[in-house]
Amino acid sequence: MKIKKALGKISTTILWSLLTIITLLPIYWMVLVSTRTPVELFGKPDLSPTFFEKVHWKNFTKPFIDGIYSDYLMNSIIVATSNAALVTILALMATYALSRFKLPGSESIFFWTMTNRMAPPAAFLLPLFLLFSTVFKFGDSTLFDTKIGLILLYCVFNLPFAIWLLKGIIDGIPRELDEAMIVDGASLFTIFRKLIIPLAAPGIAVTSLLSFLFAWNEYLLASTLTSVYARTIPTGLSEFVTTTGTNWGTMAAVALVSMLPALLFLFVVQKHIVAGLTFGAVKG
Amino acid sequence: MLSKNKTGWLLLSPTILILVLVGLVPFFYVLYVGFFKWNPLAVDPSMQFEGLGFNYRRLIFDQVFLESIWRSIKFAFVTLFFELTLGFLLALSLLSSFPLKSFFRGVHTLPLVIAPIVVGSIFKLFTVQGLGPLPHILKDYFGYTLNYGLHADQAFWMIVIMDIWHWTPFVTLTLLAGLSALPQDPYESAKIDGANNFQIFFYITIPMMIPVLIVVIFIRLMDSLKIVDEIWMLTGGGPGYATRFTGIHIWKEVFEKRFYGLGSAMSILYLYITIVICWILYSVMVSRGKDED
Repeated sequence: MKIKKALGKISTTILWSLLTIITLLPIYWMVLVSTRTPVELFGKPDLSPTFFEKVHWKNFTKPFIDGIYSDYLMNSIIVATSNAALVTILALMATYALSRFKLPGSESIFFWTMTNRMAPPAAFLLPLFLLFSTVFKFGDSTLFDTKIGLILLYCVFNLPFAIWLLKGIIDGIPRELDEAMIVDGASLFTIFRKLIIPLAAPGIAVTSLLSFLFAWNEYLLASTLTSVYARTIPTGLSEFVTTTGTNWGTMAAVALVSMLPALLFLFVVQKHIVAGLTFGAVKG
Repeated sequence: MLSKNKTGWLLLSPTILILVLVGLVPFFYVLYVGFFKWNPLAVDPSMQFEGLGFNYRRLIFDQVFLESIWRSIKFAFVTLFFELTLGFLLALSLLSSFPLKSFFRGVHTLPLVIAPIVVGSIFKLFTVQGLGPLPHILKDYFGYTLNYGLHADQAFWMIVIMDIWHWTPFVTLTLLAGLSALPQDPYESAKIDGANNFQIFFYITIPMMIPVLIVVIFIRLMDSLKIVDEIWMLTGGGPGYATRFTGIHIWKEVFEKRFYGLGSAMSILYLYITIVICWILYSVMVSRGKDED
């Protein structure tokens, strides 16, 4: 019996080691490519870790210092951060309303917000493009190719998710606590500041991180609804596809840089991110 | 009470406003445009009304569109099958303890946070002819030529593999969370009654996991039917129509050929099919779940 158990343990470990190699090998190769010159990439692929000896920094400086990719990076940071902030604030307000007030039809409103999350974005490309470029007009300016447009747009996908995540947490805060504060004459703002936000802080953090991540990673809508001024880093990455004679090193470098925030989050708050990604699903 | 409700609506109003403006208005707009013949690059660039079903009737006979839908559905179910099987096994293995478990689980989480477009780039770098190590390894050790720029089947299965690489962790971690939340009593009584591991798995674990499984299947199906970014990066929809999934097809019809009216009708049908598939699956699974109680 003991031998059988030990064998089980060994085979599980071997299986997971293999899986880890499969997961990491493509990423490792991308890192290798980003540190090599085009000449070094020519010929038989060499999987040895040459970046310990020599890094071809030009792959990074060419797009990000000489090129336009620093602008893309800045746009991505602005869009993702503002979207995360906006989504968190709005979702907190909406969830509180859905959780604490007996609004007629609040169940259907909750369900309706969810359906927004499920729809395939490709189905909305054309109407969004037309609305953004011709219908939603403020004087001469439209929402097309603006960061504000993207920030608002990502709310459609992030708000439902955020409300879903926060609903369980705010439902879990006893109503008696807010009622006691209302009796004491506290305003709604005070209730939020002194009660809801402190008690829901971990959930709020996860919500805003995941919203940031989604906005940072989104490609299809950003590529369709921007042209010059509001392009984000994923759209920049796709520009390598059409170029003839792709410079693989530069492409790998851009991909690596656009992956960094995700990696950072994963290392810092892995437990919470995983909980947030799966928690909602399990609870539902 | 009335003023209290007013506060509630006030808190809810910005969310509703944004969702109506960028969610509901586009939906009705695409529904509306779908009834017209409209191509801004045509001789007559205005919207022409040709009867309510005009575009939809054309789509019924549009071979490329129908094939793209079939391809998307096939892709969604194939990836679902592999991800669910693999994810369930991995989740079960994570319930036991073995060396380096938390490290393995940490690495397994990695693909989950990488942007789809970056996953596409990573796989392109890894598998493209003349650069990637994978074609070389396959050629040297197995004598298999991988060139998905030429072979339709290879392109399709390459995307399946990429999707499994990207999304199995989601299934694993969600199922793991579900498995660790299961009550332990049924397991103990089953062991006392002398049930073997297979019986325990099929008669206890699976029935108790059905609510979690429904959610996972749902989320995965919705997301696979939506897929665009990775494919766009890896194959661009080619070779030929081999990896032209519905999302990519709509994008090409609308933004390359500028078939606004037809593209809108496609969008509506695409939306409709997504909803119907999920609805059918949901009713099947819910009724199955009730039978087994």
